Amino acid sequence: MIPELGEVALILALLLALVQCVLPLLGAWRNNAALMAVARPAAAGQFVFVAISFAVLTWAFMTQDFSVAYVAQNSNLSLPWYYRFSAVWGAHEGSLLLWILILNVWTVALAAFSGHLPPKFAARVLGVLGFVSVGFLLFTLFTSSPFGRLLPAPGNGMDLNPVLQDPGLIIHPPMLYMGYVGFSVAFAFAIAALLGGALDDDWVRWARPWTNFAWAFLTAGIVLGSWWSYAELGWGGWWFWDPVENASFMPWLIGTALIHAQAVTEKRGGLRAWTLLLSIFAFSLSLLGTFLVRSGVLTSVHAFASDPRRGVYILMFLGVVVGGSLLIYALRAPKVAGGKPFALLSRETLIVIGNLMLTAAAAMVLIGTLYPLVGDAFHLGRVSVGPPYFGSLFILLMAPVVLLIPFGPFARWGKADGTALWRVLLIAGAVALLGGILALLLGGDARAVLGTVAACYVGAGVVLYARKRWREAPAGRRYPAEMVGMLVAHAGVGVFLAGALLTTALSVERDVRLDPGQSQRIGAYDFRFDGVHEVRGPNWTAQQGRLTVLHDGAVVAVMHPQKRVYSGGQVQTKASVSAGVMRDLYVALGEPLGDHGAWALRLYDKPFVRWLWFGGVLMMLGGFITSGDRRFRARNARAMPVSGTATLAPRESAA
Amino acid sequence: MHPVRKRRLIFVGLILGAVAMATGAVIYGLQKNMNYLFTPSQVLAGRAADYRSFRLGGMVENGSIVRDPHSLKVDFTVTDGDRTLPVEYTGILPDLFRANQAVITTGRMQGGTFVASEVLAKHSATYMPKELAEAMAKAHAKHHVVMPATAGGTP
Repeated sequence: MIPELGEVALILALLLALVQCVLPLLGAWRNNAALMAVARPAAAGQFVFVAISFAVLTWAFMTQDFSVAYVAQNSNLSLPWYYRFSAVWGAHEGSLLLWILILNVWTVALAAFSGHLPPKFAARVLGVLGFVSVGFLLFTLFTSSPFGRLLPAPGNGMDLNPVLQDPGLIIHPPMLYMGYVGFSVAFAFAIAALLGGALDDDWVRWARPWTNFAWAFLTAGIVLGSWWSYAELGWGGWWFWDPVENASFMPWLIGTALIHAQAVTEKRGGLRAWTLLLSIFAFSLSLLGTFLVRSGVLTSVHAFASDPRRGVYILMFLGVVVGGSLLIYALRAPKVAGGKPFALLSRETLIVIGNLMLTAAAAMVLIGTLYPLVGDAFHLGRVSVGPPYFGSLFILLMAPVVLLIPFGPFARWGKADGTALWRVLLIAGAVALLGGILALLLGGDARAVLGTVAACYVGAGVVLYARKRWREAPAGRRYPAEMVGMLVAHAGVGVFLAGALLTTALSVERDVRLDPGQSQRIGAYDFRFDGVHEVRGPNWTAQQGRLTVLHDGAVVAVMHPQKRVYSGGQVQTKASVSAGVMRDLYVALGEPLGDHGAWALRLYDKPFVRWLWFGGVLMMLGGFITSGDRRFRARNARAMPVSGTATLAPRESAA
Repeated sequence: MHPVRKRRLIFVGLILGAVAMATGAVIYGLQKNMNYLFTPSQVLAGRAADYRSFRLGGMVENGSIVRDPHSLKVDFTVTDGDRTLPVEYTGILPDLFRANQAVITTGRMQGGTFVASEVLAKHSATYMPKELAEAMAKAHAKHHVVMPATAGGTP
């Protein structure tokens, strides 16, 4: 009985979503305040029913109700409660429900914190969000309801996919979805602005904190996913250019371009049409990501193979959203006015170049990801695009962006001072050169030197600008949140570069065969294999190895990698990682070889690998800090003027 | 020229230049990194002769897996139900690798043996990659080989 309540709650949520979509948009068009006033209560009601539905599914998992097919497929009597909880979004149907729940969380938050927006504009934003919700609720109810029954109920479930039985997977999807779905808010703002026709710059200021917030979550989701595949999948890599990784990375690249373009539009009125277009792209790519992951058209670690109806539906929805919004854009964009003029050497120019490179990178990833589909459709053979395509092109496209980062804050809006930029280049270049020489003396190869140079260069730029603000701006106005966010995020880029390039250059990775008692030297460490014994977990038994790692004869770590066999029969490697600031030691069991206790082992020494995730965390923090800037909450631009003159006002210089 | 026009012209030029550069790089990158998928029958028919490196897909033949006791070298046979091809690989096999399961390997032919640099068997016991299922469909139809379902897999 209870699972049916979940389904009924979803249907009621759909009706309220329809109301939230149609009436406020109609009201905004007809200038009818009563219709517009429906938006907020409808959003709240929809949230309540979606939450009920989600709670019902969670309850079914907690009580092990195997008469619900989705629970039977993704749970098991011996599955610990915390994985039963995360199993709610462990497969297609439940993760859609999570998507809808998060969309509703965003919508309710927007409804609550949009009191300062003009009523018409708020009504349109909520109406557009209602439309997105209608699309996803229809999809869930017609193709992917998680409440389908399985009668007679089996005595036990099939168990959650062991790959997903990891703490990282409890929070990775919600974070990622917060980001994906968050771009729907930026999208709704853009569409509302286009519908209203009042294309002044206020809407951008209101959209900025939401966009930064969503971007920060997406960053967190990607970082978590990368860390999870490193720790969980047992391959020791941190990025594979897998279609599903690409699906989350494309909106991130466009989102990064968007948060910078929004700054230009808000402060200078420039790039208005471009900002609108990027808002549409960022959300469209989030939808495309869902399509790629959920339809199973691409072979990938994450692909949920499913019936083609789902793929067709998402494709149609994608067509309506992208086609519809581009049509509105085409009709309205010609009326968009230009902003203040800017010189060739100005912050606007730097941001435009950065935007072009980021967009080109997103396009490059898109082409590489979709190429196998295109090749298949046109009978060009079954092809896959190798990771080197993505890797080499990405570095090529991002190098200019890294080169520009230190100049961004120093370049003034409108017209930059060339000599000031020269000074930055000289100092940052000198610091980078020193770092490079140091790396060379320490015996690093070309990539290690490059990583040190890039990190020093970006870091020097951040420090230089923080120092300049400290010396020149009046106390109390030195570091507005928006600027702190930018500096932290840019520092994160530097830390990430150091981690990514140094770990690529310095890692020592060996797959070896070891007998018990035998040792293998990896880098500066001796890994001694002490043998394997059996251990038991709640729903698995494992062969657990023991390795003692020695450095100059002293024990630095004792590691216990596992090869688990779950109750469903699936085999899963659990790597053992000894984490450190300067290096990770990483061990994974391969397979037993021969009858004398010998095993195949993966032994890795990975210096600085933590840094790349720490860099990502800094970028995330930057996004959150920026979205907290008080200025964004002002009702209109006149109350807190945005300075456009050449004098150095604090908010003028924040990007 | 009017300064605004001149600025626009420079911008348009920049964008066109960037687009041209990116397009060139993408086409070059795709050509260098494309990997075609073939089945043993197709390879033996000479379809893969033009490619130095390609992907070989099929089922791991029952009883064909031979581990070298003193190293990480492993030999097995990949079949599409019609023809078979011996594969040689040195390294650790993925968790889901076993006999009678779908596998996709990347590598090149050396003599009559396919020397793999990568072995993928990412899918659960009931799932076969769609592209592989289609590529093998013909051979299976001819021999009435029972194939795993192509749907219903989890990640």
